[in-house]
Amino acid sequence: MTAVTTSATPRFGWTRSLARWETLLVVALLGLIVLGNALSPFFLTAGNFANLIAALMEVAIMALPMTLIVIAGEIDLSVESAAGLASALLGFLWMSHVPLPIAILIVLAVGALGGLLNGLLIARGGLPSLVVTLGTLALFRGLALIVLGPIGVSDFPEAFTAVGFGHVPGTVIPWPFVIFLVLAVVLAVVLHRTWIGRHIYAIGKNSGAARYSGVRVARVKVGLFMLSGLIAALAGIILTSRLSSARADAAQGMTLTVVTVVLLGGVNIFGGSGSIPGVVLAVIAVAVMQNALRLASVTVEVQSIALGLLLILSVVIPTSAHRAKSAIERVRGGRPPPPDSVPRGEQRIPSVEEEPS
Amino acid sequence: MTAATRSGQRLGAIARQRELGLLVILVVLGAAVTLRAPQFLTIANLSQVSVLASVTAVAALGEALVILTRNVDLSVEATIGIVAYVVAVTLESHTFSAPVAILFGIGLGLLLGIVNGVLVAFLRVPSIVATLGTLSVFRGIDYFIAGSHQVPLAGLPEGFTDPARSDVFGVPVFVLVTVILVAIGTVILRSTRFGRQVYAVGSNPEAAAILGIPSRRVVFTAFAACGALAGLAGVMWVMEFGTINGTAATGAVLAIVAAAVVGGVNIFGGSGTLAGAALGALFLGFVANALPLIGLSQFYLQAIYGAVILAAVAADALILRRLQRSRTRRSGR
Amino acid sequence: MTGASPGPVGAAPLRAELRGISKRFGATQALSDVSLDLVAGEIHALVGENGAGKSTLVKILAGVHQPDSGTILLDGAPVQVGGPAEARALGIAVVHQEPRLFPDLTVAENVFIGHAPAGRLGSIDWGATRRAAEALFAELDVQFDVNAPVRGLSMADQQLIEIAKSLSVEARVLILDEPTASLSAHEVERLFAIVRRLRQRGASILFVSHRLDEVFALCDRATVFRDGRHVVTLPTSQLTTADLVRHMVGRAVSLFPKVETPIGDVLLEVDGLSRVGAFRDVSFTVRSGEIVGFAGLVGAGRTEVARVLFGIDRRDAGEIRLGGAPVAFTSPSAALTAGVAYVPEDRHQDGLVLDFTIAQNVTLPILPRLFPRLLVRAATERAVAIDETRAFQVRMTGVGQLVGALSGGNQQKVVLAKWLASRPRVLILDEPTRGIDIGAKVEVHRIVSELAASGLGIVLISSDLPEVLAMSDRIVVMHEGRITAEIPRARATEERVMYAATGSADGGDGTMAADR
Repeated sequence: MTAVTTSATPRFGWTRSLARWETLLVVALLGLIVLGNALSPFFLTAGNFANLIAALMEVAIMALPMTLIVIAGEIDLSVESAAGLASALLGFLWMSHVPLPIAILIVLAVGALGGLLNGLLIARGGLPSLVVTLGTLALFRGLALIVLGPIGVSDFPEAFTAVGFGHVPGTVIPWPFVIFLVLAVVLAVVLHRTWIGRHIYAIGKNSGAARYSGVRVARVKVGLFMLSGLIAALAGIILTSRLSSARADAAQGMTLTVVTVVLLGGVNIFGGSGSIPGVVLAVIAVAVMQNALRLASVTVEVQSIALGLLLILSVVIPTSAHRAKSAIERVRGGRPPPPDSVPRGEQRIPSVEEEPS
Repeated sequence: MTAATRSGQRLGAIARQRELGLLVILVVLGAAVTLRAPQFLTIANLSQVSVLASVTAVAALGEALVILTRNVDLSVEATIGIVAYVVAVTLESHTFSAPVAILFGIGLGLLLGIVNGVLVAFLRVPSIVATLGTLSVFRGIDYFIAGSHQVPLAGLPEGFTDPARSDVFGVPVFVLVTVILVAIGTVILRSTRFGRQVYAVGSNPEAAAILGIPSRRVVFTAFAACGALAGLAGVMWVMEFGTINGTAATGAVLAIVAAAVVGGVNIFGGSGTLAGAALGALFLGFVANALPLIGLSQFYLQAIYGAVILAAVAADALILRRLQRSRTRRSGR
Repeated sequence: MTGASPGPVGAAPLRAELRGISKRFGATQALSDVSLDLVAGEIHALVGENGAGKSTLVKILAGVHQPDSGTILLDGAPVQVGGPAEARALGIAVVHQEPRLFPDLTVAENVFIGHAPAGRLGSIDWGATRRAAEALFAELDVQFDVNAPVRGLSMADQQLIEIAKSLSVEARVLILDEPTASLSAHEVERLFAIVRRLRQRGASILFVSHRLDEVFALCDRATVFRDGRHVVTLPTSQLTTADLVRHMVGRAVSLFPKVETPIGDVLLEVDGLSRVGAFRDVSFTVRSGEIVGFAGLVGAGRTEVARVLFGIDRRDAGEIRLGGAPVAFTSPSAALTAGVAYVPEDRHQDGLVLDFTIAQNVTLPILPRLFPRLLVRAATERAVAIDETRAFQVRMTGVGQLVGALSGGNQQKVVLAKWLASRPRVLILDEPTRGIDIGAKVEVHRIVSELAASGLGIVLISSDLPEVLAMSDRIVVMHEGRITAEIPRARATEERVMYAATGSADGGDGTMAADR
């Protein structure tokens, strides 16, 4: 018999379950918008939209490379400190009368170097990314403190702060949002349309098989961490511009929001699946939620309760649903339950196969 | 025994001497700092250092327990913070007497630890994500309850902060408490079935499952205990600092994890001791204390924590790898 | 039922009996109506080729699987071994190839894990534990520092700890599953001395092994399984190596479609290749159109050689030449570019991304080649996948189907298609027909044969003797990391290959040293 007709190739990287997740997000988003509108008549105005988005842009920008990293099966906790280091370094260089464009380039390079450190320790050293980036979370923040100390630097030129604080002339769209969109489009293309993205998914789903298939796993991972470091530095620069202030404790606490946004966007914490559009939706959802809370006079600190709950739920719900589904399947009499982890050395018998008769 | 075995066991012996090594380093570090700044080696200073370190140490004991099972608890600082504030406020408003407040604080910590335990052990949320989430939630609740209120020292009952400043036969009370906890904990870990199960679960989770060890219960208990100890640390925080608001203990988690990791608790689980974690806290306390004495700003502390964590992980991985290689000379498929 | 056979003379009590055990996995009948009995105070060998059903029987005894039919009796009483914990409680202990110890706990603790002697207040009495462990090791006549952590101990030592573990629970039946695979000759001797001592104490030991010389050196009786059935059980004194081999393999060799191909130029030369701990001084060549079979037992080192050839592991000595030019691949991607492809043994773990579609899997190794400007075009990908899988006649609903939904045989075809798409010059296949049904096997063989005919050089690693014999132009046999024989097609017989694979002496020209 010959191979039969082809079916439509699914848009690669998107599974059916993810499509359902994003639908959920859209629904939640609409619900939040309705809620926000009920809370305040200003909610749906353009000006509010600008405020809504602007404050979250640094997080949003860092969430993009984080998405790729989590899909590849790793994590980068150090992003907030890389951003803080960038801010501190920028302030320090500016104070030392280094011309701003050069200072920016140096800061970006340092960010990439920090990412390189992460990447080498994790991909070539084989160390777990969780602990390594926990260590660099502290290290980079410490370096920021050493560089700038407790002071803040605020005498940045108008041209610079206009980027973070201002908008595209004639509209209310903040510049950082433009940067975010551009970055999102670029990374979406890379992840969903190029073979680099395919490699990233392969690494996340089965890094052993990927390696055997010629994917340069270590090289990809190092590259991803360098990208994350570079973008975190960019986020730090934007933050400095928006607040007109360079501080060593800039971006403190952002890692949590970044991870939340990524997981909320449907990216699986164990790797192998997720999408940029999902994360973009999650950014908007979180922005709307934060704005609604703010309008309800909930302070920023207390908003972290909502954020933490979101993070936990975004993992508990899919995991529990999945386990419930397989438990039901097993009860219905599908495949036999898997034996307790049998070591590989014992696999001499043919594996459990359902051969077509 | 084969040659490979002998060298492998030698490396194992070296790893076991981690605590001894740490003590030696402490002495050397202390001596070096004293050379530069003689005021380090005064009773007053050493008391101060060890009392401060005790607060970290108590929390580090709980963290060590969790790490032994191959997990991590990032929310400890929030637990400390929330317990500290709640205890302070209940004392200020005369809702509880001092002993009741202390017990309440520990109980509250236990409750928060149970939340983590449920998430990780029963709902199967990876501990990094779960405790990152609870860190945020607990801290948020802390801010919510506290608002902008700050409990001043005067708001606490007379003598409540004394334990942080008094001693028994020259040994500060806090240090005594820490030592007692280490002793009790070590006995539990060494001699009870539960204690051995903690090590087994962290050392080889698959074999533990096959051999019928109740891994989920063990992990749950570890998180619950970690919460309770963090609660105690919160109480000690109030006694030590007196003035409490919603930001207490912010940023402490790195010091706590670093203390455990420096103290020889292997981040991959299965090995390490409570004594080591306590010594690790003392070591970091020495470093923090020594920095201004030798002219370095306190800002180097964060960077040191980070470097220490990285170094410890790398070293642990290296030891593991070297031992693995000596073992599988002929691993044959 | 051919199960009943005479036990050793004397009134030794029956320790364990298995009667009429059958077990099916999906389409494969792993065991059909097998029987086995173990007498107190005997060492009983269980031999058979890979796939004969030995592992399944061990797993059933260990409680990992339940038999579809049949009974198990221990000391005359019927038992149900519901799970590993029950097996242990019933006194059945298994020492696996891969020990399951806790590296961070001490030797003594590992021996007594879960049942350490209790002291005051229910705490663990370490002194008693230590002494009991020392006593056990003294009985086994080995020296151990019972206070040292297990981490760092050799495989051989870990095995001994597992044996001590079984002694500590007064095991009635001790099963040793391929225990000598990772041991040196000296360690094997030590193990044997211990096992003999156990026999003296009245234990029943089931010794599962490929190594026929060890069977004769150690065991009282031997049982042979073949294709899931019991073949014979006899005292070893009444058997010869030749007998065992004949029982193990004696079945009609199925016809394999092999196309006679003119052998061309040398594609791959391997010269003195060594990797510490895996294999030593391996040399062979592969020519265009040639299929070089690699036979040998588990642990012989064949896959290790392949991994070095493919750039996954580093070599320690020797040279590899591709098309005459020396190469040193640092990664699979480099090997792929140079024209070497490796189909790994475990297609689920290493061969396929089960969550990807057929098209995505097939194109994975060649994506950079297909799309030099980074952007993947779905239409191109689909077309390439259809092209590449056409010759394999994969049963699928389309190249957009998820690979995880295919049957084993079809999955293997996708794996082959994937590697062929990279247009290799040398193709290394590692157990390509393991776990797939007869029909698909024949097709895979046809494909392999055609590939050779089209000019590829093929290395066929396989534990399936008939397959190796039927497909190979030359058979290289490995044993414990070294090549023990190179047998040309004309002189290849199953017996010759098995001899070389079990390390028995070979006359150098493929003849057997002993032929009783």
